[in-house]
Amino acid sequence: MRMNQVAVVGAAETTELGVIPNMSQLQLHADAALNAIADAGLKLSDIDGFATAVETPQQVCHYLGIKPTWVDGTSVGGCSFMLHVRHAAAAIEAGLCKTVLITHAESGKSMIGKAPRSIPADSLQGQFEAPYGVYGPPSMFPIPVLRFMKSHGITHEQLASVAVVQREWAARNPRAMMKDPITVADVLNSRMIAYPFRLLQCCLVTDGGGALILTSADRANDFPRRPVYIMGTGESVETPMVSQMETFNSSRAFKTAGPLAFKEAGIAHRDVDHLMIYDAFAHLPLFGLGDLGFMPHEETGKFIADGHTRPGGKLPLNTNGGGLSYMHSGMYGMYALQESVRQMRGIAPAQVPGAKISVCHGVGGMFAASGTIVFTNER
Amino acid sequence: MAEPQRARPKPTPETQHFWEGTKAGELRLQRCDACAHVYFPPRPFCPTCASRKVSVFKASGKGFLYSYVINHRPAAPGFTPPYAIAVVELAEGPRMMSNIIDCPQTPEALELDMKLEVAFEALDDKITLPVFRPAKG
Ligand SMILES: [Zn+2]
Repeated sequence: MRMNQVAVVGAAETTELGVIPNMSQLQLHADAALNAIADAGLKLSDIDGFATAVETPQQVCHYLGIKPTWVDGTSVGGCSFMLHVRHAAAAIEAGLCKTVLITHAESGKSMIGKAPRSIPADSLQGQFEAPYGVYGPPSMFPIPVLRFMKSHGITHEQLASVAVVQREWAARNPRAMMKDPITVADVLNSRMIAYPFRLLQCCLVTDGGGALILTSADRANDFPRRPVYIMGTGESVETPMVSQMETFNSSRAFKTAGPLAFKEAGIAHRDVDHLMIYDAFAHLPLFGLGDLGFMPHEETGKFIADGHTRPGGKLPLNTNGGGLSYMHSGMYGMYALQESVRQMRGIAPAQVPGAKISVCHGVGGMFAASGTIVFTNER
Repeated sequence: MAEPQRARPKPTPETQHFWEGTKAGELRLQRCDACAHVYFPPRPFCPTCASRKVSVFKASGKGFLYSYVINHRPAAPGFTPPYAIAVVELAEGPRMMSNIIDCPQTPEALELDMKLEVAFEALDDKITLPVFRPAKG
């Protein structure tokens, strides 16, 4: 894909975030979509390409009354929307469609109109992981972290500081769920969930959604909002079984997707003004900083504990408060993308002054998949 | 009302030999006849070189503790928290998820790299799970 040929011209989250007991998951998709359409100054009939995850494209398209000529139902977990952006950009460039709507919504807290996640007993996960007591992401996602810490010399205090710094960002964001300041001691004294992770190192569980609209960069100036260009993209998958990752010292999917996006964008790490790394749990930013090549993994814990990612730091990271403090409906990737777009438009609640390049890195499953998007507001 | 049970694996044609092995007190792995790669979970071809000529063999049952969590909440059906969910690296190379028995479920007792050996826990007359315990000596 060539850089800056496609732009985000519409972006919005659901009207409410948090606990939304009066809306089904499907209606949350529609709420986000209608907000994004309004943001772009478009009509539903202008949409000819559509992508979503978990819900099928046919479900959401029929509900919204969209008649697409291009669809993508890639569903690889919380980073599916990064992959949708990548695929949509390629489709627009190839002329398969002109205006793509990408939606995410999840009734993660209220569980209205949401199919329960289950593991079939005859799947490989059902045979070789489920019998050992895994039960939801908190019991699985942190499994690599003790090995990662031992290999790279990361301390419990450094891992706790991830949550502390993100809470500082959340305090600047009126829509964040958790805004009260916390300390490393607060994190290390919070309720144990799955050792070594405690409550404040695990993501929130909320309801919400978001939607993006992409079109050709040549048309992007005809829209009411400042265009945000797709500069580079990357994607990969590794394994649905966390126990079968090649190593716990890094993520192969991260190490594939991240560098692809940097290469396509033609940027170096020092060019990055703003960074989002999907943080379902506190170790993910450390994996991300290392796997995306910002620094050796050994330095990642100290880098965050020393305050370099906090407000005013040299590498602003997860500036909406992240999955730990902003919101996490279950598939957080869309909210990371929304924050990158806000930063590139210059309208984020905790705006990074003068930011020109934003990198948005997502994870799907428990290191099962990954997608990275590099955005810029200059063409 | 019956007690909630731990998740029961349901074998497929490709994994039958593994579950027959655990029932017979053997941990069975597969080795590629073409490139000698040893792999897990079971499949009738080599994921490294794609050869369909692979052999099932009895593994040593020895390994070490690669990583783990100690799960407190929510607990899976059939488990009493806190309990460790571990990943064991086998002497032959592959890793597998398991539980560690005959060992306190604490960070102090569960030392990374500690030597482990396989044990077998019958769930019912069809399924026996491989689990691991600290190696003797
Ligand atoms: Zn082979």
